[in-house]
Amino acid sequence: MVAALNHWVIHIALGLIGVIWLVPTVGLLVTSFRPRSDIQATGWWDIFNLHLTIENYRQVLEAQGMLQAFVNTVFIAVPSTFLPLAICSLAAYAFSWIKFPFRDTLFLIVIAFLLVPVQVAFIPLLTTATSLVPDLQLTRGYVAVWLAHTAFALPFGIFLLRNFFITLPPDMIEAARIDGASDFRVFSRIVLPVSVPAIAAYGIFQFLWVWNDLLMALVFVQDSSKFPMTRAIQNLLSQYGTEWHLLAAGAFLLMIVPLVVFFSLQRYFVQGLLAGSIK
Amino acid sequence: MGIAPTPGVPQVIPARAGLSAVRGARGPEKPNYLAAILFLLPAGLLLVVFLLYPSLYTVLLSFNRGRNGVFDQWVGFDNYVRLFSDADFINLSTFPPSGALWNNILWIVIYTSFVIFLGLIIAVVAARVRYEAVIKAIVFIPMAIAATALAVIWKFVYSPDANIGLLNALLGVFGVAPISWLGDENIVNFALIAVGIWGSVGFATVILSAAVKSIPGEVIESARVEGANERQIFFRMILPMVSLPISVLAVTLVVNVIKLFDLIYVMTAGGPGKASRVIAFVMYQQAFQAGQYGYGSAVAVVMLVLLIPIMIYNVRRFRTGAVT
Repeated sequence: MVAALNHWVIHIALGLIGVIWLVPTVGLLVTSFRPRSDIQATGWWDIFNLHLTIENYRQVLEAQGMLQAFVNTVFIAVPSTFLPLAICSLAAYAFSWIKFPFRDTLFLIVIAFLLVPVQVAFIPLLTTATSLVPDLQLTRGYVAVWLAHTAFALPFGIFLLRNFFITLPPDMIEAARIDGASDFRVFSRIVLPVSVPAIAAYGIFQFLWVWNDLLMALVFVQDSSKFPMTRAIQNLLSQYGTEWHLLAAGAFLLMIVPLVVFFSLQRYFVQGLLAGSIK
Repeated sequence: MGIAPTPGVPQVIPARAGLSAVRGARGPEKPNYLAAILFLLPAGLLLVVFLLYPSLYTVLLSFNRGRNGVFDQWVGFDNYVRLFSDADFINLSTFPPSGALWNNILWIVIYTSFVIFLGLIIAVVAARVRYEAVIKAIVFIPMAIAATALAVIWKFVYSPDANIGLLNALLGVFGVAPISWLGDENIVNFALIAVGIWGSVGFATVILSAAVKSIPGEVIESARVEGANERQIFFRMILPMVSLPISVLAVTLVVNVIKLFDLIYVMTAGGPGKASRVIAFVMYQQAFQAGQYGYGSAVAVVMLVLLIPIMIYNVRRFRTGAVT
């Protein structure tokens, strides 16, 4: 009797949690397909008057430049994922399998850097970039944001990959060395291939981090034709704060890639997020 | 990423990953300087140019007037004195206190405790049903979504127009007049914190669920057989097992709060007035909108100083990882 009652309470509580965590997103999704006039007249939950249209998406993609912003986000996110992957793997290999003085000390410094807030670097990076090399206009293109994303990703990426590399069997590395393989060969032919799962988990994490970022784009992308979707939506919001047909469609364009990644690569995704947390 | 997963706090570090693992690792007998330099050069260069040098520059700039972001006039601790006497930054003379730093404290207390509490409850309760994976996935979805998108989703829910905003529509059913959740300075911070909690509970759930699962089922079962009730099982068996993950989680969440920016910037831009500003927002606004580089640097340094104890905690834990 008591157990059965407990069960009812549990199912109701979990059902309520499911509703609270789904409804806000579903509401916006439904809204993104409703005509503007309907949105103004009734709430999205008025499902008896549901007319669906893709006009909102057409409008936000074309008239509001979200298509360009989508492409810009890809242009920002792809190099900002592969650059850190390459650089972090190299450094993580050195911290795991090459002997050199002060290795532990340097690694502890990397760990300390994990928490340095990006804000601490903003002012000098911007003023130096503009005053030292004014002709380069780094923040007019993507170079500044690529480099900034890469640099700020390093402490975490190195930490994560080194913790994985260190768990590889020493005999495997040793055997290759005895056969006369150079460090670069050991790295590229042995360590990288067997570390694909760890590198992929980190890559997915980093990709989504950059895809979803607003702050770095605010500071390091100054040319409005190169704004990523996060900035485009922020602009939409400040210009048309109550035009929900545009905002809802725009928000879903921003969310679609992360959601696809989440549902198709859930295991890697969760691993990437929790990596360096629980083993 | 959403709000929660700061790639900053190494969580429970696997014992093997401590420094002892490095010392134990076999490598070539002699140090290999050339290889070390080549493998570390790209990372080292970027870290020095983009992190080390700018951090030192910012610390120095915080003692300068810093017009146009260059050193023009040294002012000692003036920026800090101005900052801490600015009622918009921290004002302890009223009750309740106010200011951006106070808002961060509110966030730390409410957001951290609710995220952990709800995460633990969901992890423990969901473990008892067959659709556990579904519930965990649903709660985790906000983690995949940009804070910018979270902001749009919740601005929509909070809309003061009862024909648009779900929350006010629900209140309307009970005859309550619409509330301006984001427009009332007494409510706005709690409304924002609720969004933060909604965005981060999935993270806590997944971490704590793994910890709860590490307790063997037969141990709990035999306790039940011996007459332990659910409350005893929770407090005597589950809670002690999750106390370490909880403390690590708490550290992660506190770091998130100190770095919190995107959500506030998009949802309220610090408003109404200055009611919902947080410290990272003040830094951005002072430096890049008001052109107050010296003052903005001081705010950035305050952020750094708040994080230093956690940095030391991390480094310590990593070193002692060699012992455990």
